[in-house]
Amino acid sequence: MDFNDSPQEAAFRTDARNWLAEHAPAHQITPGSKMTDIEEADRGRAWMRELFSGGWSGLTFPKELGGGGLTGSEAVIFSEEESKYNLPKGPFTTIGTGMALPVIAKHGNDEQRAQFIEATLKGDVTWCQLFSEPAAGSDLAALRTKAVRADDGSGDWIINGQKLWSSWAHLTDWGILIVRTDPTLPKHKGLTFFVVDMKSPGIETRPIRQISGASEFNETFLTDVRIPDANRIGAEGEGWSCCMTVLMGERLGSGAHRSGVEPLVDYAAATPDGRGGTMMDDGSIRQQLAEALAEEQGERFFQARLRTMVSKGENPGALAGMVKLAYASRYQKTNGLALELRGLSGIAAEAEDTQTGDVQYDYIYSTVMRIAGGADEVLRNQIAERVLGMPGEVRMDKNVPFEQLK
Amino acid sequence: MNFDLNDEQKMLGEQARALLADMTPFDRLRTLIDSNAQWDEPLWRKLAEMGFLGVTIPEEHGGLGLGALDLGVIMEALGGANAAVPFMSSIVLAAEAIRLAGSDSQQAKWLPKLASGETIATFAYAEGPGPVFATGTLLNDGKLNGSKSPVADAEIADIAVVLVGDGNFALVELDQSGVSRTRLESFDQLRSHCRLDFVDAVAEPMPGMGKLDRLIDQAAVQAAFEAVGAADACLTMARDYANDRQIFGRPLGGYQAIKHKLADVAVATELARSNAYFGGWAAESSLDDLPAAAAAARLSGIKCFEMAARENLQIHGGIGYTFEANCHFYYRRERMLAVHLGNRGFWADRLLNAQPGSQVTAA
Repeated sequence: MDFNDSPQEAAFRTDARNWLAEHAPAHQITPGSKMTDIEEADRGRAWMRELFSGGWSGLTFPKELGGGGLTGSEAVIFSEEESKYNLPKGPFTTIGTGMALPVIAKHGNDEQRAQFIEATLKGDVTWCQLFSEPAAGSDLAALRTKAVRADDGSGDWIINGQKLWSSWAHLTDWGILIVRTDPTLPKHKGLTFFVVDMKSPGIETRPIRQISGASEFNETFLTDVRIPDANRIGAEGEGWSCCMTVLMGERLGSGAHRSGVEPLVDYAAATPDGRGGTMMDDGSIRQQLAEALAEEQGERFFQARLRTMVSKGENPGALAGMVKLAYASRYQKTNGLALELRGLSGIAAEAEDTQTGDVQYDYIYSTVMRIAGGADEVLRNQIAERVLGMPGEVRMDKNVPFEQLK
Repeated sequence: MNFDLNDEQKMLGEQARALLADMTPFDRLRTLIDSNAQWDEPLWRKLAEMGFLGVTIPEEHGGLGLGALDLGVIMEALGGANAAVPFMSSIVLAAEAIRLAGSDSQQAKWLPKLASGETIATFAYAEGPGPVFATGTLLNDGKLNGSKSPVADAEIADIAVVLVGDGNFALVELDQSGVSRTRLESFDQLRSHCRLDFVDAVAEPMPGMGKLDRLIDQAAVQAAFEAVGAADACLTMARDYANDRQIFGRPLGGYQAIKHKLADVAVATELARSNAYFGGWAAESSLDDLPAAAAAARLSGIKCFEMAARENLQIHGGIGYTFEANCHFYYRRERMLAVHLGNRGFWADRLLNAQPGSQVTAA
């Protein structure tokens, strides 16, 4: 066990650090600066372009496809160094590199690879994800958006339906889209995967007003949207397998850590309890804080174990979901406790108290962390089935043609 | 960065697990309880023969001179097997106390015999209800007076390291007229406990001062490894039973009520394992990090084994309440491990006190 780099890793880290020291500062976002989402997306593209020209894009992507052809360990080191800067990264960059490119590389044809891979790595093409629907979330294969061939003999597809939770759909260039092409087949079998130009006629994107007050997600309506057959990824009916490729990327990406416990320990130690001591003198508060610290540390070192696996070329699979499952609930609990410790000020703070607003926001936001990227209950199923080897769920809809399902 | 055990450590763990699977199946544990045996002596001799007792004892004293992670993989295996041996008392606590605080001659006299298993030692710290690390027993002019209770493995031990009045340690041979041992009813039927009464018992001071914190931090890391091994064993037992048992026309393990419970146990166990690894690394390579690392490992170890021992029995249903089933070994040991070396509240305090700038303000 060793937290230090091997000589090769150390050399790579030095290179990365030097390059970042020269190029990253100009791209940093000043904390607290108010940017429009258009500015944010433009800054993101600029950083992608910088990475590409420096040869740091798509590090683990095969060289022959325009990536770096490096190992997982080097990608981990680069992301550690990159995260020391406050850079404009977000779904508008990671959906492209983490989801669209893997699926195009694996399931697409040469023309599609030539069209999209380099352009995406450079930030010229940004992506959104058109997967979830009002009636298809955790059970994604229940999706209803449908595609039929145009009757003009062009081979084009005509798409109708509604997609949800598509981050940045209003500002990105292309979308990865999963639709039903054959409702006479059971639900996983009649699906086909496309890429769609977000400027196509018939696409309407509306922001969703969220409980946090923000609107980073959209709903996207597709009405008679025409997609050429050349933008189909993989064969007709191969959509579910494409989705699996995309979702594997998503799982490995979820589980980033954001600390919340240590500031809370400081807060408790500095806040009078009205009996001559501080909140830290309360045994129940101490116990909750200590449990949260132990869990947070466990998540951090579990993540370190998974990173070690990735760096050795192993796929952590459903183990990655364990970190996310632990983290999301702990984050909710921690922010709930943070509000409780503030007493009534937690629900109505004075204007000069900016911290409480952040805690309130995080408490609201923590709810979606337990849902997005694998809901708690879905992750528990996956852990039980894939890590522990327990039986799969009873599936009432298996082998039933989709059109016959209620 | 390489946050994983090395190949030698993995192999050591494999060897320990294979030996324990062979020598201490559950029927063996039942036999030990029924025969009122205090411990599994043949297993102890075998552990000695394989070199496991001397893993962290320095080479000049007959051990292998390895580190906390090497010891940890053995503790994990012992926890998994619910082994009835005084490894925590003799090796993790007493031998380490002698290494940290003993004089050269104390080390030279006792460590080789502890490594060979010829001598068994224990660490006597509690004095009944109250603070777990109690200092009411006094050493004056080579005479030890007071009582320690309960003391694990004291009935089979030859010597004890005793926590005394000034927070330091005394070394006492137990087979003498000034020491009486009273056997207590032990909740864990596979780990005996005694009260030790000292009346002018002949004892030696151990010259190393202020070693208690370091000793119990290191032991807390090992206790976490033991808890992780035990929790993993419960998880496997529960999973196997649930997958096999048919209920309402399908395997019990196919119900989400069972799957989700075990998924939560699995997550808690992996978090605890990760903290135990970090604790082992800190004990070997970064002592400044040890106090917080040990406390976090201890807390998460208690948590995962508590969940695992309880839910394992629950998932077995009625059969789990029988002596024939194997859940009870872990169910009893879990409580023993949860309170030895200081309970959750004790380690919560230590974890918070190890955070920069957040010392306890209460008197």
